[in-house]
Amino acid sequence: MQLLALVATLLLLSAVGFHLGRRRAAARSAAADRRPHSLPVYYGSYVALWSGLPALVVLLGWLAFEPLVVRSLVVDSLPPVARELSPERLGLLVNDVRNLAAGVVTSRDVDPDMAAAAETYLRLKRLGAVAVGVLSLAAAIGGLGLALRRVRPELRARNAVEKLVERLLIGASTIAIFTTVGIVLSLLFESIRFFNAVPIHEFLFGLEWSPQTAIRSDQVGSSGAFGAVPLFAGTFLISLIAMAVAMPVGLFSAIYMAEYAPHRLRAVIKPLLEVLAGIPTVVYGFFAALTVAPLLRDAGTMLGLGVSSESALAAGVVMGIMIIPYVSSIADDVITAVPRSLREASLGLGATHSETIRQVVLPAALPGIVGGLLLAVSRAIGETMIVVMAAGMAANLTANPFETVTTVTVQIVTLLVGDQEFDSPKTLAAFALGLVLFLVTLALNVAALQVVKRFREQYD
Amino acid sequence: MNVASKPAMGQATLEDRRSAKVSARDVDVFYGAKQALKSVSIDIRPNEVTALIGPSGCGKSTFLRCLNRMNDLIETCRVAGSIWLDGEDIYTSGLDPVLLRARVGMVFQKPNPFPKTIYDNVAYGPRIHGLARSRAELDEIVMTSLEKAGLIDEVKDRLQEQGTGLSGGQQQRLCIARAIAVSPEVILMDEPCSALDPIATAKVEELIDELRQRFTIVIVTHSMQQAARVSQRTGFFHLGELVECGETEQIFTNPRHKLTQGYITGRFG
Amino acid sequence: MIDERTARRLARRHAAERRFKLYGMASVAVALAFLVALLVTIVGKGYTAFAQTEIAVEVSFDAGPVKEGDFAGLVKSALAARFPEVTARNDKRELFGLISSGADRVLRDMVQDDPGLVGQKRVVTLLASDDVDMVVKGHVTAQSGRLTAPQAEWLASLRQTGAVSLGFNTTFFTAGDSREPELAGVGGAVVGSLFAMVVTLCLAFPLGVSTAVYLEEFAPKNRWTELIEVNINNLAAVPSIVFGLLGLALFLNFLNMPRSAPLVGGLVLTLMSLPVIIIASRAALKAVPPSIREAARGLGASRLQVVTHHVLPLAMPGILTGTIIATAHAIGETAPLLMIGMVAFIVDIPAGFLDPATVLPVQVYLWADSPERAFVERTSAAIMILLAFLAVMNLLAIVLRKKFERRW
Repeated sequence: MQLLALVATLLLLSAVGFHLGRRRAAARSAAADRRPHSLPVYYGSYVALWSGLPALVVLLGWLAFEPLVVRSLVVDSLPPVARELSPERLGLLVNDVRNLAAGVVTSRDVDPDMAAAAETYLRLKRLGAVAVGVLSLAAAIGGLGLALRRVRPELRARNAVEKLVERLLIGASTIAIFTTVGIVLSLLFESIRFFNAVPIHEFLFGLEWSPQTAIRSDQVGSSGAFGAVPLFAGTFLISLIAMAVAMPVGLFSAIYMAEYAPHRLRAVIKPLLEVLAGIPTVVYGFFAALTVAPLLRDAGTMLGLGVSSESALAAGVVMGIMIIPYVSSIADDVITAVPRSLREASLGLGATHSETIRQVVLPAALPGIVGGLLLAVSRAIGETMIVVMAAGMAANLTANPFETVTTVTVQIVTLLVGDQEFDSPKTLAAFALGLVLFLVTLALNVAALQVVKRFREQYD
Repeated sequence: MNVASKPAMGQATLEDRRSAKVSARDVDVFYGAKQALKSVSIDIRPNEVTALIGPSGCGKSTFLRCLNRMNDLIETCRVAGSIWLDGEDIYTSGLDPVLLRARVGMVFQKPNPFPKTIYDNVAYGPRIHGLARSRAELDEIVMTSLEKAGLIDEVKDRLQEQGTGLSGGQQQRLCIARAIAVSPEVILMDEPCSALDPIATAKVEELIDELRQRFTIVIVTHSMQQAARVSQRTGFFHLGELVECGETEQIFTNPRHKLTQGYITGRFG
Repeated sequence: MIDERTARRLARRHAAERRFKLYGMASVAVALAFLVALLVTIVGKGYTAFAQTEIAVEVSFDAGPVKEGDFAGLVKSALAARFPEVTARNDKRELFGLISSGADRVLRDMVQDDPGLVGQKRVVTLLASDDVDMVVKGHVTAQSGRLTAPQAEWLASLRQTGAVSLGFNTTFFTAGDSREPELAGVGGAVVGSLFAMVVTLCLAFPLGVSTAVYLEEFAPKNRWTELIEVNINNLAAVPSIVFGLLGLALFLNFLNMPRSAPLVGGLVLTLMSLPVIIIASRAALKAVPPSIREAARGLGASRLQVVTHHVLPLAMPGILTGTIIATAHAIGETAPLLMIGMVAFIVDIPAGFLDPATVLPVQVYLWADSPERAFVERTSAAIMILLAFLAVMNLLAIVLRKKFERRW
């Protein structure tokens, strides 16, 4: 909450700067008896920006790096024995110190060293808070003062402000790039560490997945416990089931909406279908686990089939429902983008509506539809909550939809949720799985977007 | 004006109607509340080219699209009056629009070949109507249609190439070949040359003149010269009404109606 | 007129036409049926969670236990007084099991509010335990549930005297998580969600709009901007869990930010919803006709002036709509937040952006995993709240779009 007060103060300073800048511009130009270069607003903005931005940079820098700095200082304050611990142990220790400082029960007995460390931790925190307050306020006031002194009628305030704003806009647009770079780097680094412990070919082609047996690092690699093939197969199976539900239902819905439905009906159906896309996946997961899975299991029992209560079928079907609107809305867009003239040509030759759709509209829309389906597949592969809640953990290598399978995303969640040691191969495996997931979905997305783009260019 | 124009085309007698291939009486078309055609009556004779001219928005295309019930496809469109094809009312007699459109083909303003091969474009109609009993028969239909459309020499070695890869004029002749492949009795052409260059236009016009031997052709055009070149009879539309209809030569040399005269002399357009 | 072969063929073609159309209608019906089934299931299972079983007993506020703070003792002696025939130690424990273990807090609050109560007797309605609650609501019968035979008997006797009633479940809205279903609420999760949403909105909206404005209005067409564009389109389709991994590696492991904090959750959701907001904002900017820009430029406005005075105000409804929809989506997101530790069991309602917290969808996930029967209805009820929240946001977006829709 101190943070909020600080931000409010900084904003206030900027506002004051704005006001002062405007007034000063007016006063100076009156004194010099010449028109200022820019409108008064720009002088105000000039001062406000120069007062706000440096302080913001200080503040953000502190927010981002404070925990890091405090941690390394606390570690330095620990007795030498502790500093020589392995990184994982040290991490746990620091966590405990932090918990102790926050007054939470820790996982070990409190010794004087720890108490001292917790003390240091709290002291550093307070010091940091004061320091950043002073620094950012100083930056704000300094910037304000400097900018204010520069305000003169001949200052090209508008150009300066506009240049600055454009820079800010450019800065904002690079965040997307940084996100991608961040994803790639973080996944890559942790994966490389994982592949140091488990050979990459074993991960990609191994047939057995049981990470639980490899909790202690000295066990790793000795067993083939990190073979991800069952996960890939499970992901594939569930995605296949999902697409088997979503593709026909989604495509035919799209065809009906685009070609047959009267205007008013379409205006009702389309948003209703989109509601399906707006429902959080955790809700689907709950629905799958609580309603669909028991239903399928009971149905299976009635038919004499052994359907597991965490069957691939239940997760796949519910995931298919979730994906219907993705398929239908893209297919709908693409079908409506097929030029009217083609439909008329076919109808004008005496084709029925469905013949026109099947033989002219759909072939013409095919690239776009394929692109849409690829995007849907990518979504199915990356979907997490439904499978976490409705599919199992058991890494079975099977093509039987009635059995339990597990997926890449389920395993990522399982490996990372709960108590974790950051550097054990078990948690690193999650990043390797994440890397595979990212690369596969990326390839699908790039392909899909290319195909759709081509399609659009063709008929634009 | 309605009354004044009646005598001009009122010469369409019962005799005319019997010999007409297509005949329309008191056709009104509404788009929602807006009336697009007002009481249009016309007789179209067999094996002639009938040109429909008039300023844009006058309803000539709307009328053309009534003749094979393409207007059915527009949700808000309503057609009143009656249109006979060979003495059969195409709107009330329970005539299936699918069959009707096989008998009354259509060629559109912009060449619109399907994104399929040249062969498949032409074979599309015969296939859906089941006109060919064997592959050889289908080949035969495709080749003769392309020949009739005057396209055979240009495409006979590239039948498996995409129809969309042809030049504009070739595409339009491909569309004509596609239309005649189902052996229609009437071919409707909606400004078939408006997207073509002069040379391609000349070829299509030549083709139209040849096709007249076998088909009844109704062509909508915004070019009076084209109407004069290709048609035997001409109808002049203005603001949703058929102002005057008669022999092309008479319309262009001695129009009965002041509006027609104004239009063909270029006073408005 | 037409020969028989043509007629037969025509009939077949029309039948195919009808079939085809039917498939379409059936598909739409199936999709909508799924939607209805989903909603009906959730509401059917969840609406009972908004009521809560209470048991009225006469409590005597004796000075001794009150002084020691042993309010649980008061509850026990009140029950013992109601059922004097129960004497055995084990039976007594079962008897006390009828009342929620959190019931003593009500008594403590009563005494704190009114110290004059000490030494008096009052009839107090106390929270029943979840097992009793399930029986009273009819989710399980007294036999099939977890109640023991004597418990079922006592409950029947209480119901005969009219001591058992259903009251509105305020706990569910105000409390944080708890192991006891009858004490668990979505309050903490809602607050956590709101904190995360504030962070997301405050970051994603300005950043998204700035990026969109830059790409649409300022950026030259070159390799670099094309790269940004492709990149944004791809990011929009990256699985959400990957953003969770990024958050774990970057914010927690590298920058050492606190686990389970709404701030970190908000940051992850920001990165996730940014591409969506950018794409929507660009579409809104693109929809502003170039003639407006040309007119303003023609009057000598600078590019920035054109944007701030004309283009942005005109595009704002579209941008806001896109932002709201993207935020709504982020609110419903679960997977990436699991990665950054927002799944912890957190009883306290978070008071700041750095406090450990959870969010509504994660709460749903946690409860869905709990074995107690009473958590099923609470999970469903939490989903109802989540869906209602999303529905309101989406309605807002629709209203905004309808109200400011402009046709050029």
